[in-house]
Amino acid sequence: MEPVPSVSLDMELKTEPFVLNMGPQHPSTHGVFRMRVTLDGEVVVGLEPVFGYLHRGIEKLAETRTYTQVIPLTDRLLYLSSMACNHAYVRSVEKLAGIKVPERGEYIRVIIDELMRISSHLMAVGFFLNDLGCSVYTPLLYMYREREKILDMFEMVCGQRLTYNYMRIGGVSNDVPEEFMPILKRFVAEMPHYIDEYEQLLAQNEILLARTKGVGILPRDLAINSSAAGPVLRASGVKWDIRKADPYSVYDRFDFEVPIGEVGDNYDRYRVRIMEMHQSLRILEQAMKQFPAGEANAKVPQFLRPPVGEAYGRVETPQGEMGFYLVSDNSIAPYRMHIRPPALLNLTALRDMVIGWKVADVIATFGSIDIAMGEVDR
Amino acid sequence: MAPINFWVLDNFWAHLALFGIAIIAFVLLMVMVFIWFERRAFGPFQLRRGPNRASPWGALQPVADAIKVLLKEDIVPAVADKWVHFIAPIIGFLPVLLIFAVVPFHRGHGLLPDMNIGILYVVAISALGVVGVFMAGWASGNKYSLLGGMRVIAQMVSYEVPLVLSIISVVLVAGTLSMNGIVAAQEVPYFLLMPLGFIIFLIAAMAEINRGPFDLLEADSEIVAGFHIEYSGMKFAMFYLAEYGHALAMSAIAATLFFGGWKGPGDVYLGILWFLLKIFFIFFLLIWARVTFPRLRVDHLMGFGWKFLFPLALANVFIMAAEVIFWGGADGGVPWWVIFVNFPAAIALIYLWSRLFKFGGGRVDVTA
Amino acid sequence: MTSRLDGSGLGLLKGMAMTFKHLLRPRITTQYPEERLTLSKRFRGYTMVWDRERCTGCATCAKSCPQGNIEIVTSKGADNAYVVEKFELDSGRCIFCGLCVESCPYDALFLGMEYECSSYRRGELVLSKEKLLYTPDKQRSAYARPKLEPALPRQTLLIEGDRGSKKR
Repeated sequence: MEPVPSVSLDMELKTEPFVLNMGPQHPSTHGVFRMRVTLDGEVVVGLEPVFGYLHRGIEKLAETRTYTQVIPLTDRLLYLSSMACNHAYVRSVEKLAGIKVPERGEYIRVIIDELMRISSHLMAVGFFLNDLGCSVYTPLLYMYREREKILDMFEMVCGQRLTYNYMRIGGVSNDVPEEFMPILKRFVAEMPHYIDEYEQLLAQNEILLARTKGVGILPRDLAINSSAAGPVLRASGVKWDIRKADPYSVYDRFDFEVPIGEVGDNYDRYRVRIMEMHQSLRILEQAMKQFPAGEANAKVPQFLRPPVGEAYGRVETPQGEMGFYLVSDNSIAPYRMHIRPPALLNLTALRDMVIGWKVADVIATFGSIDIAMGEVDR
Repeated sequence: MAPINFWVLDNFWAHLALFGIAIIAFVLLMVMVFIWFERRAFGPFQLRRGPNRASPWGALQPVADAIKVLLKEDIVPAVADKWVHFIAPIIGFLPVLLIFAVVPFHRGHGLLPDMNIGILYVVAISALGVVGVFMAGWASGNKYSLLGGMRVIAQMVSYEVPLVLSIISVVLVAGTLSMNGIVAAQEVPYFLLMPLGFIIFLIAAMAEINRGPFDLLEADSEIVAGFHIEYSGMKFAMFYLAEYGHALAMSAIAATLFFGGWKGPGDVYLGILWFLLKIFFIFFLLIWARVTFPRLRVDHLMGFGWKFLFPLALANVFIMAAEVIFWGGADGGVPWWVIFVNFPAAIALIYLWSRLFKFGGGRVDVTA
Repeated sequence: MTSRLDGSGLGLLKGMAMTFKHLLRPRITTQYPEERLTLSKRFRGYTMVWDRERCTGCATCAKSCPQGNIEIVTSKGADNAYVVEKFELDSGRCIFCGLCVESCPYDALFLGMEYECSSYRRGELVLSKEKLLYTPDKQRSAYARPKLEPALPRQTLLIEGDRGSKKR
């Protein structure tokens, strides 16, 4: 046995920081994110994110593939909103090669994008509530029900439910089938009712309000300076949406609003997502009315050789502005591809949002950012 | 059971052995039924079916789980305090069994003794489980489990207070500490006579058994599994049994204190059926709360316990005491028409106090 | 939205009412494997189906595969036409993106409709041309082959309250 050290009573109590490694196998880090959290009791005094556990070198892989072959890679970025990633990529290739997409193709893309936004926001809100500790997943499972309906539609148009690989340079891989439009109509008619149900389930819940209001505030200035995007930025009160600010596709033909939050806390991020779902339904209604007939695809050679040059195309994914910067050397593969990752940039503000809050708030705030590790680590 | 007058009831050791085994069997069986019932109940709440593969309605699912758990490797972490790690699940589980010694299943009988301080015994014993949980949290040598262990101490100590205060109001009205006496005194079920007391008891019990919105010490989305993160195999199963056993015990006590225990229409021999029915009803309420609510945060939990439940529980004690003094009969009970006073009073008190009490805030300034 | 009753537990009760409403609703899960969903007509499923008659051995599919997964070896036969000697793909590496099927100029390659594709050995996942060969009992997906679409059954959709039918 070791000798017991003598303790003098006037000695100050020695403390040391309690460093907790959250992740990479933590159930609530949405994949393999890791944070080294320094705690004082339950209070967070420091946070250091560690990235890279899911790095697959997608930007490098793209240099060895033809322009069309890169599309399946973009599915694997934001895996809960792959259609939007597809769109961001094909948009920059079209910009690079100067391809005009037929109107029907653009409308299909808008419809698919907005469905994707609803589906992704459902998952974002569902997992956020899960991180708040709806410990047996009830709201998440209700939201899975509506997501399932959207995935049914995606399966109908492209044959897959997660890695869609649907958008093509100059259009989409297959025109939508005949039975798609009636189903979409029915979905748009039913969906507001379900959103109201989620509201009734949790919007006034006192526990939820206490856990989210005023927690994890991202001030307006910091949001802009840390280059945040999407619902995270809008919740901080910045009216910035690529669909309005730099209208792409046919978004300038629709009448919709950009919902913003006031404070930038977890509650605002949650509310902004719910309100954006309503706006997406509005866009879908208008798109269904205006839906044109005709060809969906432009004629594009199979092995596209864009002229030498560079292009940056961006779209508003459910997580924020996603952009692809492409450099072409007139070969069949991009010379360089760079991705502007919305979730990674949103994540950079995490530290400032959670310092001083409790361990439980770290998880909740992290969940409210809505990231997908496939895109953060690329 | 009432007219049983075998020699076993006269012989102390035979009585102890027989009913001791009966209680252990009952608790283990009911825990399995509870696990099954909860998982089956989650199904329709979440638009799915719940376990349905092992035998009809998945009734053998807990058995399958038990076999799986028994066959698993028992892992003790290298940095663990071996003996404490070993003994913690036992200490966690034992009090649950002990509680049932005084629960009256039937007219005139706790299975073991009919103690005249029954409810006091329950309160004393049920608080012991926390020691086992904290030992597990400390001995595992894991930071998550330490956080969980720290949380459980704070939570249990705080919620014991409103729990006991709401029990005091029951005792005031019933005029006895004996569980059987409390049941016998209930002409009107006490959840009608003192709705506020019942609500407080239910919430505090939820916190006490670490379920529903109060499962902070497990908090699988924050601290992974809390105190039992380093346990596997049978030791883990012991904690699992203790958790559901505790839920069973709290449901049984709530059924006894507020729903009139074995009382019910029909033959007196149906007593145990009525009792089980009431237990399942209370457990259903617990499941319902668990399925709906998000988890509280640590500081909210403390605030809610001390600033909301504690004053209301005190108010409830004062109201019930005043009613016993001014309207009470010779034997100390209160007349049935206080229902019409107490329901509005409960609603008004909860409403008014919720104006004064506020959740939220909780940011600590850190110089980092 | 704000009312005087906010913060007094009414939101909690509303939530509980909502979950209770769901308790009485029909369940939406499918009891696989007894019940099965009918897949989309364009389902991008397991194993390609390869048509020997139509294939000219041009290897466009191999060029368009992002994984470099299709191995095709041809030799010169009679009439100067290619004879496909080896057509092999490793379905363990295949990502079922469907680009090969889209690019085939002669409609000789189809995606399958299978989804139960586990096997005990990785070697079994490598599919030679004999295994890929089209036979009438193999179901072909209509992905990028709109001509096949009318013959396939309608997809089950949750929105229509359809949760799959009993098969066995």
